[in-house]
Amino acid sequence: MEIMKKNNSELEKLELAYWAQKYAKQLGADDSAIAINKRRSISVKYRDGKVDKLKESSQNSLRVEIYSGGKYSSHFTNDLRKSSLEKFLENAIGITRYLEEDPYKALPDPALYRGRPKIDLQLFDNYYYGLDIEDRIEKARQLYELIRDRDPRIISITADFRDSHYESTHLKSNGFEGKNEGSSFNLGAEVSLRGREDRKPNGWRYYRTRHIEDLPAANVIAKKALKRAQDAVGRRKVESATVPMIVENITAPGLLWRLFRAMSGYALQQKQSYLEGQLNTQIASKRLTMIDNPTIVRGLGSRYYDGDGIAAKSIPVIEEGVLKNYYIDVYYGRKLKMNPTTGGASNIVFKLGKRNGMEIEKDLDRAILVTGFIGGNANSTTGDFSLGIVGWLIENGERTVPLNEMNISGNFTDLLNNLVEVGNDPFELSSMRTPTLLFDGVEFSGL
Amino acid sequence: MRNISRREFVKITGSTFALASVPGFMRGFLTNSEKETANMIYFERFGMDEEIIRKILMEALDRGGDYADLFFQHKLSNSIRLEDNIVNSASTNIMLGVGIRVLNGNQTGYSYTEDLSLESMIGAARTAANISRGGKTAPPQEFRTRELPNYYTTEIPWEEVGIDRRVNILKSVNEEVFSLDSRIIKANVYFSDDENYILIATSEGKISTDYQPMFRISASCTAEQGDRRETNWFNYSARDDIHFLTPERLAHLPREAVRRTVALFEAKPSPAGELPVVLKAGSSGILLHEAIGHGMEADFNRIGTSIYAEKLNKKVAADFISIVDSGTNPNVRGSINVDDEGIPGQETYLVEKGVLRSYMHDRISAKHYGVKLTGNGRRQSFKHFPMPRMRNTYMLNGPHTFEEVIASVKYGILADQFTNGQVNIGPGDFTFYVKSGALIENGKITAPIKDVNIIGNGPEVLERVIMVANDMEMAKGGWTCGKNGQSVPVSMGIPSVLVSSVTVGGRM
Repeated sequence: MEIMKKNNSELEKLELAYWAQKYAKQLGADDSAIAINKRRSISVKYRDGKVDKLKESSQNSLRVEIYSGGKYSSHFTNDLRKSSLEKFLENAIGITRYLEEDPYKALPDPALYRGRPKIDLQLFDNYYYGLDIEDRIEKARQLYELIRDRDPRIISITADFRDSHYESTHLKSNGFEGKNEGSSFNLGAEVSLRGREDRKPNGWRYYRTRHIEDLPAANVIAKKALKRAQDAVGRRKVESATVPMIVENITAPGLLWRLFRAMSGYALQQKQSYLEGQLNTQIASKRLTMIDNPTIVRGLGSRYYDGDGIAAKSIPVIEEGVLKNYYIDVYYGRKLKMNPTTGGASNIVFKLGKRNGMEIEKDLDRAILVTGFIGGNANSTTGDFSLGIVGWLIENGERTVPLNEMNISGNFTDLLNNLVEVGNDPFELSSMRTPTLLFDGVEFSGL
Repeated sequence: MRNISRREFVKITGSTFALASVPGFMRGFLTNSEKETANMIYFERFGMDEEIIRKILMEALDRGGDYADLFFQHKLSNSIRLEDNIVNSASTNIMLGVGIRVLNGNQTGYSYTEDLSLESMIGAARTAANISRGGKTAPPQEFRTRELPNYYTTEIPWEEVGIDRRVNILKSVNEEVFSLDSRIIKANVYFSDDENYILIATSEGKISTDYQPMFRISASCTAEQGDRRETNWFNYSARDDIHFLTPERLAHLPREAVRRTVALFEAKPSPAGELPVVLKAGSSGILLHEAIGHGMEADFNRIGTSIYAEKLNKKVAADFISIVDSGTNPNVRGSINVDDEGIPGQETYLVEKGVLRSYMHDRISAKHYGVKLTGNGRRQSFKHFPMPRMRNTYMLNGPHTFEEVIASVKYGILADQFTNGQVNIGPGDFTFYVKSGALIENGKITAPIKDVNIIGNGPEVLERVIMVANDMEMAKGGWTCGKNGQSVPVSMGIPSVLVSSVTVGGRM
């Protein structure tokens, strides 16, 4: 029954997309790209022994990009009534006429559409259809109960279960047709404790997977969330110092994603990248190898094609410290006269080292372990960064002082060249599958 | 006067902005004398009447919730962008729907639909009603419309400002950027506007409507000097119409973007460690937003997880410090005539003469504390339930002057421009990122500095504000606050203040 419904709705979306494409053409558009998205999600927050929030969402939208006489515009609506859509498309075409011609704005070369991965990426979990509201409440409740009364300092526990299901249909008037369906399941908790003075140290762990069976067990999540909160008790800052920085695997994406902005076609073409002209040069220590791999089965960043419709393929980003590829979309590729790679990261996979985070930590005489970033920013034009951190002071291989209110500052060129060890412990419930990373000589400011 | 019976305008949501300039109509939506007319316009926009609203509320309360509300929204957004000297893209966004909320004690059931058919709305109401498991609660017998003041009077709706006019504005700003300094190698100019129409109906029988305009214009540029490059920007945002963009402001925008960018060539890295920091009047109000604002949102206090949970009516700052969160500042980005729970916009003293006076409340927290609502119940859209959120958060003038503040610092930094901030409300750790500022040495402003994060503890830093000048200014740019996955427009302001010591993330 559900399968029937699904197929019907898929067909409806495709029909609507073709209608919109045809109508846009009739109104004078040379080309168009249509996306129709549908998403349903349910979230449960459980707190204080009862359901705190129960939310159900269901949304539909249509996005159309118009290419007309060298001019371009994009339009989004969630009002999918035929009468509204006609007016919507007329308005879209009308607006486009008033813009200026940009010779680089055109649909991608259809050759880029070819060669989509043939394997089943398993982005959708059929189990989704088997869950009812009570099951969802039970998952959140169970996690809550596993933390309750585990520490006398607990003020509040909030356990969350959330899932969503999306379907999208993409159509480009030069021969692209694609559809996607996926699911995600999120389970996690936040715990607040009574700390010194008025402080309420807190910690959380949230996990997201495409298939429900891949979520960590509730008792594992419960322990980790509580441990995070317990670790936050008594945090303080220590003297400013230049010491090795060990970044735990789950936290490392918070540092590395800032690097990706400088690798984008936009940043390069707009002269906002410190990595301009660095292709095939050493930008990091030999220990750093990163591959963009969109075809990991059940991967959170996995996909069959990207935003331009380019068929997904694996791309080396950094190989033994050498920058091998930028993230170039079709538009900026044309402007830069470079071949497009892809406009955005999918899954990032690292070449692994030999030891895990605990083993690396045990060997450090004096270092700072970063377990969270808070605020701060990076300047993609210069590569400078300044970020707030929490974590631990490591002395003789032991975690001695829990830290907060400290910053790290530096430049990505120096930082990446000072990468001295990569762990063997990638965090796989993330699209950026970072292992533990150890950097030498990082400037920490505190007291 | 607007022709209010223009059905096409109301029912068909396909248009966002006028293609070519047409003469602006005087706008009289929200004056008291036209209240009834205004209601009709909103009812018609959503195809609703009191009977339909009653039916949906009846369904929402069918399982015994204490309270229910409907939040109808129709939002039209436009943006237009200039890059590499070409106005090369525009985008529009239409959002229409209703969010249905049911409260049972402090439990929330929420659902929404984008389809405003009775069937679909009844379905959403049933889903939201699931939070409660009791017998029926009766819906209101009659509705009364709230009379609201108007804090953002406008004359020309954005949908009547032709796209040709916007194209011209972008081109003239771009030309000005390049003419001001030969070191400029790239410029981007961006213009966006929103028109947000909302109708809120509550099970207490109150109906409120509002028209919330907003725009933002920004110019960013990259300059090159020798082998160095720097990027910076300036922007304006307000709940206002095209009249805001006077020739003076349109001249200031590119000038300020260029000045800020080329100034970075002179800048050095900031020193590191605990230092005195002077926050210059204006967008330094980000300090208040992060260090105290979020911690004063009553949801975190209600459940005891905010560092401010036990501080009500206690001294938290010097006597000369008063901090306000207000929805009533004329045409300011965070102002609201009514919050998203139907409570009129108002001014709330968070700190009065150094004493913590009030949290910012939504309906759930106000009931918990047994206090009056403060009009802080805000949400991103009909797809989200409301929470306590800030509006315009600012500090009132103090007894010192800017010159006295600077003269008092032997060695420290002056922070001037900011990009972002963050706070962890439980422990009170907060940060904000300084894009540009200057070193202060022996009471004098010396070398410029850039790109540095400042980190501290909210209540501690508030206690360390030891001087407040008399030059209070509101931020000019477009700040957006994110909380639990929801974004809302806010503003902030502050006079120049001295924080005696806070950790600066500079270079050693």
